[in-house]
Amino acid sequence: MSAAPGVDADAVLRDLGSACPLEAAGPADAGAGVAPSVVARPRSTQETAEVLRVAASHRLVTVPRGAGTKLAWGRPPERVDVVLDTTAMDRVLDHAAGDLIVDVEAGARLAHVNEVVSSAGQRLALDETCRGATVGGTLAANASGPLRVAVGTPRDLMIGCTVVRADGVVAKAGGRVVKNVAGYDVGKLAIGSLGTLVVITRAAFRLHPLPPARSVVSVAADGPDAAHRLVHAAVHSRLVPAAVELDDDGEGRATVSVLLEGTGGGVAVRSADLLSLLGDGASASTEVPQAWGAYPWADGGTGLKLTFALSGLRAVLATVVSAGSATGVRASLRGSAGAGVLHAALPPGTETGTVVETLARLRAVCSEHGGAAVVLTAPRGVEEALAAQPVAGDGWGPVPALALMRAVKERFDPERRLAPGRFVGGI
Amino acid sequence: MTATDQAATTGPQPTPDPIPEDSSTGHVGDNAAGIAAVADVARARLRPDAVIDDHARLRTYECDGLTHYRVTPALVVLPETTADVEAVVRACAEHRVPFVARGSGTGLSGGALPRADGVVIVLTRMRAILDLRLEDQRAVVEPGVINLDLSKASTPGGYYFAPDPSSQTICSIGGNVAENSGGAHCLKYGFTTNHVTGLTMVTAAGDVVELGGLAPDTPGYDLLGAVVGSEGTLGVVTSVTVRMVRLPEKVITLLVGFPSTDEAGAATSAIIGAGIVPSAVEMMDALAVEAAEAAVRCNYPDGAGAVLIIEVDGPTAEVDHELEQVQALVAEHGAFGTRIAHDAADRALIWKGRKSAFAAVGRISPDYIVQDGVIPRTALPEVLRAIADLSEASGVRVANVFHAGDGNLHPLVLFDERVEGASAAAEKVSGAILDLCIERGGSITGEHGVGIDKAKHMPRMFAEEDLDTMARLRCAFDPAGIANPGKIFPTPRLCGEVPGRHRAGEAVHPAVASGQAQVF
Repeated sequence: MSAAPGVDADAVLRDLGSACPLEAAGPADAGAGVAPSVVARPRSTQETAEVLRVAASHRLVTVPRGAGTKLAWGRPPERVDVVLDTTAMDRVLDHAAGDLIVDVEAGARLAHVNEVVSSAGQRLALDETCRGATVGGTLAANASGPLRVAVGTPRDLMIGCTVVRADGVVAKAGGRVVKNVAGYDVGKLAIGSLGTLVVITRAAFRLHPLPPARSVVSVAADGPDAAHRLVHAAVHSRLVPAAVELDDDGEGRATVSVLLEGTGGGVAVRSADLLSLLGDGASASTEVPQAWGAYPWADGGTGLKLTFALSGLRAVLATVVSAGSATGVRASLRGSAGAGVLHAALPPGTETGTVVETLARLRAVCSEHGGAAVVLTAPRGVEEALAAQPVAGDGWGPVPALALMRAVKERFDPERRLAPGRFVGGI
Repeated sequence: MTATDQAATTGPQPTPDPIPEDSSTGHVGDNAAGIAAVADVARARLRPDAVIDDHARLRTYECDGLTHYRVTPALVVLPETTADVEAVVRACAEHRVPFVARGSGTGLSGGALPRADGVVIVLTRMRAILDLRLEDQRAVVEPGVINLDLSKASTPGGYYFAPDPSSQTICSIGGNVAENSGGAHCLKYGFTTNHVTGLTMVTAAGDVVELGGLAPDTPGYDLLGAVVGSEGTLGVVTSVTVRMVRLPEKVITLLVGFPSTDEAGAATSAIIGAGIVPSAVEMMDALAVEAAEAAVRCNYPDGAGAVLIIEVDGPTAEVDHELEQVQALVAEHGAFGTRIAHDAADRALIWKGRKSAFAAVGRISPDYIVQDGVIPRTALPEVLRAIADLSEASGVRVANVFHAGDGNLHPLVLFDERVEGASAAAEKVSGAILDLCIERGGSITGEHGVGIDKAKHMPRMFAEEDLDTMARLRCAFDPAGIANPGKIFPTPRLCGEVPGRHRAGEAVHPAVASGQAQVF
């Protein structure tokens, strides 16, 4: 337990070991380059609570982890003593098909949940943006994919959750019915908090029927103007697209793909309408394109999330092009252009100065259009450079209402025991 | 009384029964100096008629749509700008004066019940649609904008605002935000929380903060999600950015009669089980239909033990197909007297009976209690039978009007205040119905909010640890506890480490000393 000075390592391991099974930490357990000392794998909410109580009593820092696919998101935590691995809590507890509800443990893989509910012709309409992702990790990272145009994001689908606070207290929020306004929606705070507020151990979701038919209409987008026009044509049509995606490989090849879902007859008619709406070169398929919903960055690359009001799409895309011309490295893009969300990637090995310059330009244009440009993941050198950048700010950029966010953190985790430093403003 | 206030408070309710002054409503005359100081600040910047402190006019604001709770506030202000609200709230914070924000006052849980020792901040003069940005599928509005007015303004552009509580002709969007309002169409389109992307809020300390914005997924904690539905206890919202939804190509509404609520409930489950997501599925039982017929002659099917109103919307090709499926499914469950509306005028006729149902019950009963419990949809037939049993055993009549698609019940428990013991018997049945909801894993409120009315029921649904966690959120936003205190939480909670001043000699808060409050 070298990471925690002044701590009695034997006592810590003994106490944690009585809470739940432990594993020695290896290199693969280091998120964003910060190595933990031990991995705890609690098998229940109660064991999770015990781990956090023990961690608090020994003044240890804990970072919760699901499958670890997004462990590098956010800024590197200041310190990690214990990785709290949720993957031993992987059950689908209840699928109430008639109520279109599923209740799962946080360590359950999204794909597994969907295997279970699909037996009743239903789906949890959260895209698996990282292969193997767990429900808990998807919530904590607020990950979203193409279906956000149809049904929204985790905040729109989660109806209740069980969380464990840093002090080991177990609390429930929401419930198991879709319509419910009793008390504060504490679950919303957990979503996207990157493990800095509470540990989610269980969540209930509303489900949707699996559509019997689908069609993906794709068309090449030759430049920012064309992409903007195509996306807006789809979004403002009455064809009810389930997804409006833009995929730009950074080398001049860009495609807008629109997903339609519904009944066989309905989709056929809508697909034909959409083909004529999107014009020459559009084609329809029953299969989604390659890498649908996947993030565009490679391991070791830099991943950005860009958000903007829909009218700003053209300007954002034009800035990607101009930043590419200025720096010599053009970002590739993939995301829900129809929802005002794009993910941008710069390849591994991109010079730090290029990343900073690109981010500064994108941050300016996104901000001008009511959104933000955030670094989700970046190599350590880039992180350090960004933290030192007076103009671009850190990877998060300017965050309004930061004082209130700090106050929330202070009330939930006053001793900063959960992933300190990983979140906005050093939270 | 304004037209809006009038509309909000009509309809029979249990006889006004001023609740005893206690820790949740404050005491008349408490902190008179603080109230005077806030009034001075308000007078210095608001128009003369926007600061009310005479008793007769204060009484206009003594209740919201839940009229049997009444408290006369110490002061009422009607700000016109965010800066006005900021100034008033800052003065409240400085002088530790509690404040209650209020929109049109149509809430049904006493969420806008004033404090006798506090200020009501009425937002009805902040009624501008600031920016209709249909290209962005957004609108930015002031909190006093009437829900339906936003849809009317955006319909020519092909868009509307989806949340549609039945009070939508008079309720305000700020109120929708406070209550996380639903409506008949939230089955498909979700609640207010799914349609708000940004807020400007004046915190309880009097600071103006921006939460969210035009774009989705603002970095940081989802404070926006915490504030929507917080019933005015985390601050005062002064501007709301909402999602606008594309008008569907086609809308079809069916009115269907059934022999009983059992068949209507089974038909609802069959429709949803078939993978159809109707935009609305509403049920009324025979007693509710009788009331509606008496009130508005809605011409629902004769002899129906229950009726369903089913609406499907979307692209024409999909809607036509869904209509066929729905017709086949309801036929399998004994449907009769089906009427199909293909245009807006026919649709309005079908909805007329449903929308008038609460008020219509006044035709068949002098007094009634409206419940708002939620159950898993599949428990519907069982719970309706249990409600019928309760009604039969107690002799208390219950009319059922509800959102069948999402299991949100609105049982109307009928009684006559003039009959001795009737009110108590109705309260008992009403409480037993909530028990049914809680036992089946449901909720004590689906859309009306907790307010002051259901605060006492919160511990039946939430453990102490859950409430404690909610209280931590409140303490982060409002450590002094001046934003709509006494609502949501069953026991007043004080936050530890309260920043700001403490009055001399107040080593222990009186509420703590007397055991009325817990120090958190």
